[in-house]
Amino acid sequence: MKIPSLFLSLFFIFSILSGAMAQTKTEKSKSKAPALDGKKLYNEICLGCHQEDGGGVPGMNPPLIQTSYVLGDKAELIKVILKGLSGKVNIKGKYYSNIMASQAYLKDEQIAAILTYVRSNFGNKASAVTVEEVKKARAEK
Amino acid sequence: MKENKRPTFFQVYKSSFLTSLPILIGVLLFSFTTLRNAYSKKDSLAKHPVHSVMPDADNAGLNLPKGFGALLVAEKLGPTRHIAVAPNGDIFLKLADVEAGVGIKVLHDEEGKGKPKLSQSFGDYGGTGMAIKNGYLYASSNTDIYRYRLDENYRVLDIKSPEHIVTGLIERGEHESKSIALDNDGNIYVNIGAYSNSCQVKDREKGSPAMDPCPILDSAGGIWKFKADVLNQTYKNGVHYAKGIRNTVGLDWNTQTNSLFVMQHGRDQLHDLFPNLYSYKESAELPAEEMFQISEGKSYGWPYCYYDEFQNKKVLAPEYGGDGKKVGRCANAENPVIAFPGHMAPNGLLFYKGNMFPSRYKNGAFVAFHGSWNRAPEPQKGYFVVFVPFENGKPSGKWEIFADNFAGVNLVKSPGQAKHRPCGLAEGPDGSLYVTDDHEGSVYRIVYTGKI
Repeated sequence: MKIPSLFLSLFFIFSILSGAMAQTKTEKSKSKAPALDGKKLYNEICLGCHQEDGGGVPGMNPPLIQTSYVLGDKAELIKVILKGLSGKVNIKGKYYSNIMASQAYLKDEQIAAILTYVRSNFGNKASAVTVEEVKKARAEK
Repeated sequence: MKENKRPTFFQVYKSSFLTSLPILIGVLLFSFTTLRNAYSKKDSLAKHPVHSVMPDADNAGLNLPKGFGALLVAEKLGPTRHIAVAPNGDIFLKLADVEAGVGIKVLHDEEGKGKPKLSQSFGDYGGTGMAIKNGYLYASSNTDIYRYRLDENYRVLDIKSPEHIVTGLIERGEHESKSIALDNDGNIYVNIGAYSNSCQVKDREKGSPAMDPCPILDSAGGIWKFKADVLNQTYKNGVHYAKGIRNTVGLDWNTQTNSLFVMQHGRDQLHDLFPNLYSYKESAELPAEEMFQISEGKSYGWPYCYYDEFQNKKVLAPEYGGDGKKVGRCANAENPVIAFPGHMAPNGLLFYKGNMFPSRYKNGAFVAFHGSWNRAPEPQKGYFVVFVPFENGKPSGKWEIFADNFAGVNLVKSPGQAKHRPCGLAEGPDGSLYVTDDHEGSVYRIVYTGKI
């Protein structure tokens, strides 16, 4: 019958459209910064060494303020969290010698939130770090 | 008649004169012999008399006890770590890192106003240790100890070719500074800091177990003793003088007790690594920074034990099964002679031998606290010089803040906020106390003027 088939086709079209929209929505939320509190995580995990103002400790723990490590390649930055960092690090002509332990136990979402927070605070203005980017970097290990 | 004659001045005051004359003669004799003794030291005051200097109007920005003042001796010298002051007042400074090819700077005060100028600069190696003994300047890099012969005016004779006293000390990027102290029997003592926080398999990594026994202790985490005048000594020529000390930057030979005293930098990150055992606050205060009086061959606890200044005892480290209360194998651990709040980073230790300061300071200890970082998120502490009164070779009272406001801010939350950070201590020939700052490269001279 005409009405049911019209209804059916409309229903079909509608469901395809909304399905597509839903998919887009999911994709969007995947690439949006995650809902975890990056600042809270920074305070719990990173502040002890890198300090409240991201200034680090002279000679020992590097600052996070507009440095090439923080503003540069995201995969490299993620790997610092995953693998840690040892050896004397030279940042803007100053050296920092304390070891940074691996924080690989953190979840992808947590790392993404922390790095997004760091890259948008302490004078830094850089793009968010996504969960996918963390997943990818971890897989490359 | 006699009564009518006016009495002479002498006659009137005759008895007073007679009484005071011997006193006057005594005072004159005393002054003469004291001055003569003081000036008889050929290599010091006779040639370069120590002038009494006036403190700066602002006391170089420092807060000091009543009667004390300070001068800014020099500034922007680079990362000045430890300091030695020669009997003629010349100042020798060791830089943490080489700047323009130079790791040692010497200041000479020709005018005697307390504002010396750079006279010699040399030594293309960074490091911390600086000391003068028996006509030599001793200096350390982060792996070696050198000495330079000084002439009678305390100038280094050959800046290019020091004698190589000790070589090959381990250096792995953590606690690498090799501070030195010398006794009066021809020995030199050197800190070899442990290249680890708490001897975990993976340093500072949450969940990484500790190594038991800690293998680092065989070549680090202690004090080694060498001969001060023998060339090219290595570990095998030295004596493993003290064990189980995480890292010592400030140390001094106490001539009263004839023993070595050291200031340990206690371990970090109790909360970071064991959040279920230690709160932020507990982690900020613990463990205490310990002052040890060293007995040769003894072990002072690291990494198995740390000192809890609230329980007044050594307790088991959490890496080794501790929980903040358990004592376990630490039951017979060596205790400090005095304990300070945690993480303040004692970088300088000096037993005061001078006569300029009031007598209560004699034989007491000055400690330069570089200032904490591991107290975050709690406020940082330190960034001052404290005094510990001593009597009969032991602390005789509580420690007191002596020189403060190096940081230039009332509250330090992040170490980068501190403008100056005290590091090295030395006593001048007149009894002035010198303090270095390894952050901005200022050198301070604290004097007692008695003016309140």
